Amino acid sequence: MEKVKILAAGEQGLVIEFGEAIDFEINARVHRTARLIKSKFGEEVIEVVPTYRSLMVYFDPLRIQRAELVQNIKGLALAATAGDEKKDAGKVVIDIPVFYGGELGPDLSFVASHNGLTEEEVIAIHTATPYLVYMIGFTPGFPYLGGMSEKIATPRLAQPRTKIPAGSVGIAGSQTGFYPIESPGGWQLIGRTPVKAFNACSQSPFLFEAGDYLRFVSVSQAEYDKIAAQVEAGEYKPATSVLGGGV
Amino acid sequence: MITIVKPGLLTTIQDEGRWGYQAYGMPVSGAMDRYAYRTANILAGNAAGAAAFEMTMLGATYRFETEALIAICGADMQATLNGEPVSNWSALSVQAGSELSFQFAAQGCRAYLAVQGGVDVPPVLGSRATYTRGQVGGKDGRALKAGDVIARGQASAHAFCQPKCLPAEWIPALGDQIAIRVLAGPQGDYFTEGGMETFFSSQYVISDEADRMGYRMDGAKIEHSKKPDIVSDALCLGAIQVPGHGMPIVMMADRQTTGGYAKIGTVIGPDLWKLAQAKPGDTVRFIRCTDEEAVEALRAENSRYEQLAAWAAAGSQPSGGGKRYQMKINGVSYKITVEAIN
Repeated sequence: MEKVKILAAGEQGLVIEFGEAIDFEINARVHRTARLIKSKFGEEVIEVVPTYRSLMVYFDPLRIQRAELVQNIKGLALAATAGDEKKDAGKVVIDIPVFYGGELGPDLSFVASHNGLTEEEVIAIHTATPYLVYMIGFTPGFPYLGGMSEKIATPRLAQPRTKIPAGSVGIAGSQTGFYPIESPGGWQLIGRTPVKAFNACSQSPFLFEAGDYLRFVSVSQAEYDKIAAQVEAGEYKPATSVLGGGV
Repeated sequence: MITIVKPGLLTTIQDEGRWGYQAYGMPVSGAMDRYAYRTANILAGNAAGAAAFEMTMLGATYRFETEALIAICGADMQATLNGEPVSNWSALSVQAGSELSFQFAAQGCRAYLAVQGGVDVPPVLGSRATYTRGQVGGKDGRALKAGDVIARGQASAHAFCQPKCLPAEWIPALGDQIAIRVLAGPQGDYFTEGGMETFFSSQYVISDEADRMGYRMDGAKIEHSKKPDIVSDALCLGAIQVPGHGMPIVMMADRQTTGGYAKIGTVIGPDLWKLAQAKPGDTVRFIRCTDEEAVEALRAENSRYEQLAAWAAAGSQPSGGGKRYQMKINGVSYKITVEAIN
């Protein structure tokens, strides 16, 4: 097991590093430790932010001294060791409906030809497995997903687009994901989802959290329009399932 | 109700920030200069966390549709009330129909206007702070426009208030040469010893790329010991990222929650107001400090707020505690407040 490093990030922050790599097991330890810290501490811990391989802890140094917090957290981080995969089975999988190709996915044909596949095969591969949300960052609700098949990996655009519409689903190298709000970017766009990762008007404003799984589901234009209307009315509830034993 | 007559350059509604949602990628936002913002709230008799107006470089003009107690703090934007100059760092009463007008900042960059009862817009995820890039919070997630009408919250019955000016010793001095304290790390090992030395011994000039998200500086190039990129992780307030170009970028209130560049250090919270009041072209020196010094500075800042609150309440009357009457004597209107004294 890799050593845990605890670093300072200003007088109110500390960072727990579990390793240097983007790795399923390291990320699982990050999320387990985040849950342990949230359950163990009260007001002295303000917020925890899990990322790929580290965890930021914001705390109030006037309520708890750094040395004491570090001591407690070391114990928790070590308790969240490897070999707990069973606890991750039963994690929720959230369906993300996508209309693939056409105007909403202008790069689908390029992704297909680049990999020597048909468009249907790209869609079949992209929708085949659930993707782990390693972390959320960059913009509200932007998921960093892991686990895409190398069969559909495609380099970024040489000339990034200045405006990518919200909901665009794309591929960049071996990464996949979707843009929650309109942004510039160089991803190959293969489709679009009508769902919003962040919706301030909804009762549960965020559709998913880091540690959840997302599965892309191919839908028709008619289904896309129907879901878009439900999202607009704040009535959309995503289909979910439970991840069966391991990944 | 308060009507925005002129919006100024960038006027937004801010509070202590939207904490608790960074794990979902939601930036914290909130007031850039927390000392000026909190002091304005104390002067206006508000509880901590009440939302206020933050103005940038060029202030706004407000018309008060009802009488109000207000407070002005931060950058000196040469405020006038119905054309008459009023003091910065002060609380004052305004009558219904009054116009309060701010000009270009003669000193500093950001001014705060607090109103008793707080600025009332619907909270989003527990905060009224405006995050313009994400169109979240404040007035429809955007900077204020001419014609916007903003509601005022209900003042607490226990709110103390009276027009008064902050004692001079509590008004921070602004200059164009800024020294800010920094705690090294978390990625100190991504820089050579020479690179660290450069960072702590050089003067940096604030570039034109300086906004609520972050301040990029120009100056001596900071040398990395390895590649400047890390696996993306969380960015705290005041984090100093150094990308491959070797220039420091200090992350401010609207910073993205995560970033992929090595961080040489973190500006301590109690010194961040100095950057919030700085402008492109101002020079900055980074001073290394210890964790003990940083925590002590935070303790000192917090006890200052306690002193301020005690001073503001001394000699004041509870604004909502008494009964108010209006009467006319010989054609002149009088407002009379009657309170029980035990």
